Amino acid sequence: MYLRDTIAAISTPAGEGGIGIVRVSGPDAERIAARIFRKKEGGFQSHLFYYGAIVEPETGFCLDEAMAVLMHAPRSYTREDVLELHSHGGTLVVQNVLQLALREGARLAEPGEFTRRAFLNGRIDLAQAEAVIDIIRSKTDLALEVAQSQREGSLSHRIGEMKGGLVQLLALLEAHIDFPEEDIEPASRDEISARVAGFTLEIGEMLATYGEGRILREGIAVLIAGRPNVGKSSLLNSLLREKRAIVTSIPGTTRDIIEEVVNIRGIPLRLMDTAGIRETEDLIEQEGVRLTREQIPRADLILFIVDASLPLSDEDLAIYEVIRAKPHVVLLNKSDLLEQPVASFPRDAVTCSISALTGEGLDALKDQIADMFLHGRIDDARSQVLINNSRHRDALERASIPLQRFSENYTLLGGLLELLAADLREAVNALGEITGETSTDDLLDLIFSQFCIGK
Amino acid sequence: MVVYDNTYDVIVVGAGHAGCEAALASARMGCATLLLTINLDAVALMSCNPAIGGLAKGHLVKEIDALGGEMGKNIDATGIQFRILNTRKGPAVRASRAQADKQQYRLRMKRVLENQENLHLKQGEVTGLHVEDGRVAGVDTRLQVRYLGKTVILTTGTFMRGLIHVGLTNYAGGRAGDLPSIGLSDQLRDLGFEVGRLKTGTPARLDGRTIDFCRLEPQYGDDPPVPFSFSTERIDQPQVPCHIAYTNERSHDIIRSGLDRSPLYAGVIEGIGPRYCPSIEDKVVRFPEKNRHQTFIEPEGRDTVEVYPSGLSTSLPIDVQIAFYRSIEGLERVEIMRPAYAIEYDYVDPIQLHASLETKLLRNLYHAGQINGTSGYEEAAGQGLIAGINAALQVQGREPLVLGRSEAYIGVLIDDLVTLGTREPYRMFTSRAEYRLLLREDNADLRLREKGHAVGLLPENEYVRFLEKRERIEAELARVRREKLLPSEADPVFMEEFGLVGMQNALTYEQLLRRPDITYAELSRLDSHALEVNPAVREQVEIQVKYQGYIDRQLDQVERARKMESTRIPDDFEYFGLSGLSTEVQEKLRKFRPDTLGQASRIPGITPAAISILSITLKMRGEK
Ligand SMILES: Cc1cc2nc3c(=O)[nH]c(=O)nc-3n(C[C@H](O)[C@H](O)[C@H](O)COP(=O)(O)OP(=O)(O)OC[C@H]3O[C@@H](n4cnc5c(N)ncnc54)[C@H](O)[C@@H]3O)c2cc1C
Ligand SMILES: Nc1nc2c(ncn2[C@@H]2O[C@H](COP(=O)(O)OP(=O)(O)OP(=O)(O)O)[C@@H](O)[C@H]2O)c(=O)[nH]1
Ligand SMILES: [Mg+2]
Repeated sequence: MYLRDTIAAISTPAGEGGIGIVRVSGPDAERIAARIFRKKEGGFQSHLFYYGAIVEPETGFCLDEAMAVLMHAPRSYTREDVLELHSHGGTLVVQNVLQLALREGARLAEPGEFTRRAFLNGRIDLAQAEAVIDIIRSKTDLALEVAQSQREGSLSHRIGEMKGGLVQLLALLEAHIDFPEEDIEPASRDEISARVAGFTLEIGEMLATYGEGRILREGIAVLIAGRPNVGKSSLLNSLLREKRAIVTSIPGTTRDIIEEVVNIRGIPLRLMDTAGIRETEDLIEQEGVRLTREQIPRADLILFIVDASLPLSDEDLAIYEVIRAKPHVVLLNKSDLLEQPVASFPRDAVTCSISALTGEGLDALKDQIADMFLHGRIDDARSQVLINNSRHRDALERASIPLQRFSENYTLLGGLLELLAADLREAVNALGEITGETSTDDLLDLIFSQFCIGK
Repeated sequence: MVVYDNTYDVIVVGAGHAGCEAALASARMGCATLLLTINLDAVALMSCNPAIGGLAKGHLVKEIDALGGEMGKNIDATGIQFRILNTRKGPAVRASRAQADKQQYRLRMKRVLENQENLHLKQGEVTGLHVEDGRVAGVDTRLQVRYLGKTVILTTGTFMRGLIHVGLTNYAGGRAGDLPSIGLSDQLRDLGFEVGRLKTGTPARLDGRTIDFCRLEPQYGDDPPVPFSFSTERIDQPQVPCHIAYTNERSHDIIRSGLDRSPLYAGVIEGIGPRYCPSIEDKVVRFPEKNRHQTFIEPEGRDTVEVYPSGLSTSLPIDVQIAFYRSIEGLERVEIMRPAYAIEYDYVDPIQLHASLETKLLRNLYHAGQINGTSGYEEAAGQGLIAGINAALQVQGREPLVLGRSEAYIGVLIDDLVTLGTREPYRMFTSRAEYRLLLREDNADLRLREKGHAVGLLPENEYVRFLEKRERIEAELARVRREKLLPSEADPVFMEEFGLVGMQNALTYEQLLRRPDITYAELSRLDSHALEVNPAVREQVEIQVKYQGYIDRQLDQVERARKMESTRIPDDFEYFGLSGLSTEVQEKLRKFRPDTLGQASRIPGITPAAISILSITLKMRGEK
């Protein structure tokens, strides 16, 4: 539920940029435009881009030269009147423009509120709305691509096609149910069952992408763990390519958990550098160790680092025991110091020889991570429909179950068309939750256009 | 204008299939009822084919019967061939159908009306409604008589401004041989109702003596015939066959050669016809690749030579009709007794109705039957029954009876009409019912008897019989859940036959019945009691057990939809300016004025988002 008020927000990313856009949506958009945007005389025509300046109405003070466009409802993103003010980029200028719009009566939009309005006003469907919200939240380019292609309706489209196919089959069954006296050609039973099996498979494939879709959407939590001084912070820094964490040769440098997001092979990784684990008298360090231990169960992946220039210590092994049940990679760090690592690990452990200092082995590590989480399946994220939202997964699952039942019953119940039809209909309805419903009239249309029926 | 000195509780206009049920229902519920119709010799006349029932229609008849209506009993008394369709499919889509002796059907219904207490049956054409203070208060007739009534039910069928077409010739008529109803629909339009025009057609009636039946394939009814009504013990009257014939390429050429004189293709007819009852010219034009079309030659009765060739309706001129029917094998010498024709008529868009069938515009006025844009006797009768019940309930100051989509085809029918309106004649199909597996012919009594009894329509003896049946079903269900087949005592032949050899645990009879290959017939080999169970009870138990999984799933869906269905939208709810609703949606809702949130959700173009906004708004108002 939303109030029919006017909202405003900066709609370009934070930071320096060529231009910055403030977007205003709602009934006051036009009034605000007239108040704060000065241009050559005359009102605003919808969808025309005007050159002018943004001006404080009371003082006449000019904030910036700018371009503005007013889009009248319903031909706008939110289907309300929308004003876009394009000023020069730079945090301060854009902030000032926004503040001015707010002073003139707009309210600061909540995250995703423009999209929510677009949805509530019926401009986009639920799948699209969710995709747009994902775009806003996307952390990496690849996730963005998936979200974008979904917004363009590739998910809706693919599911729509599938639903269309199922409705076709349903029409066939229904014709035989409702018109037993008509001489309509019997449907090829084998063909029907083959097509249903095909759809079931397709849904199964889409469902299988869910894990990957979720990973692209939410990222994975990666914990860097190990004894003090093995190079955890150095690894963080070299993956980030910036000096984020303090690195010294003193064991116990890192006391807190440092979290940063980095894009690795398209996957957003939430990297967490931690305090090295050891018995210590230092109270602050003790607390850090406790935090590290706490994080272990929550991590999706643990990068366990040992100093490969030294033999494995009991401490290394003790930590290894704690983390080995989780997905992990053993990193034999400081490979630059020697030809052959001194430390050795059970053969089944996944190990990577790296140097956090020189960057050696990091590419292999990245490949390794991508492999573990994406099974090498997302090269072409655009062309593929990735399910990355649990509502979609639920709907697809609820479509898949009756289709499987259909196939089981097909041989068993042979003649009981209405049970088969019930299964198909349940699947169609479940898919309809993603793309919109199919009415009985659509179904009847199909029947009557295909069969010569009636007395 | 003479004002008749008797004020009725309920006045029913039209004694067609809707009007007869409406009048009987209200009279049986104790209301002083008047049934007015243009021609008393055409009461419950079957305008088109001489048959009752069929897919979804049979379901409607059983429901009418369960509620206490007359149609099922009437066809049982006058049917001359009974068949159950789809016997090889599952129970939900099995349906009863019967050929009627058309004249006997009409005469019996008239007799029932005449013998009904509280009911006056009169001949008269209603030309206008008598309206007082924005509510209907009676009707005026052609002979300038005003009948006063607390409620009025219009069931005018195909009669309002009826126009009959044969070729390019046309004349006013409500049905071949009957006068039209003139004036009423103009007044309805003046009162603000949206009145539209529809079209339907009927084949010629042929002289059976001029048909070579030996060359046609006969089709017999079921033996013994199974009755429609839950109260009919058995069918005694003799049964007759139908015959199957086919058109051929030559027939289609004849049709094509006459198209230039077809009122349909020449654009004389403006009304919209039903897709599912296409005329033969429609079929030939739309499906040119089909080289023959099937027809059932149905007897019109036992005392007449007239027969009805189903599926061959046409509005082509007489000379084309003669040549066409004679081109069919076996019909080379056929004589037409009554020509085929099309008819256009006025209907009133049913989105202007509440689910009680009362109009939203005029209080105390109800519409039922073909006037609502439906076609078919059963559809008409179902609505007539509900309108009659609700008019009576209104007079008695009680809440209307509204059947849900999960309770009855009648509920689906009325909900579709009042939420979607009609643009073409509406006929019931089982595929219109999303809860089809629950809405079976076999359980119509279990679904509706209680409601018929509650409104006061069901005779006490029928109700008691129903309660007994229901108890016996419960008892038998309990028994099959309790009794077990023990591996140690089992008959080895049976075990072998059904792949049960080596079975470890005892199986209940219920578990056995759940298997597709075991019915009561098989069960009776182990269970001596099985065959003593009453067949109707047996059938019910078997269906409930066998399809339990599916039935439970649909019940689940019903449960999930219940909240929306039961959220009422007040009559005076203002959609205008409701924040979050697009103007388009606002306008739709203002036009349709849905009674419940469930209805609103089925209106085409109403988005799920709009429904959630409505739902929240209603909730907030409710809390205030
Ligand atoms: C030519 C033709 C073809 C048809 N074809 C089909 C078909 O193919 N399939 C199908 O399912 N159905 C068909 N029907 C429709 C079927 O006959 C109707 O659906 C059904 O009879 C409707 O029942 P009803 O009670 O609404 O109206 P009707 O049975 O038409 O009865 C209306 C009654 O109201 C009376 N009446 C009307 N106006 C007034 C008035 N002003 N005052 C007093 N009395 C009035 C009439 O005299 C009549 O008795 C056809 C009908 C016709 C005429
Ligand atoms: N030669 C070499 N030195 C490294 C490498 N990685 C880290 N070091 C050095 O090892 C020392 C410790 O590195 P850090 O990254 O601070 O180690 P840490 O694991 O974060 O230590 P704590 O925060 O104390 O737990 C520093 O002097 C680094 O320069 C490497 O790959 N090669
Ligand atoms: Mg560190």
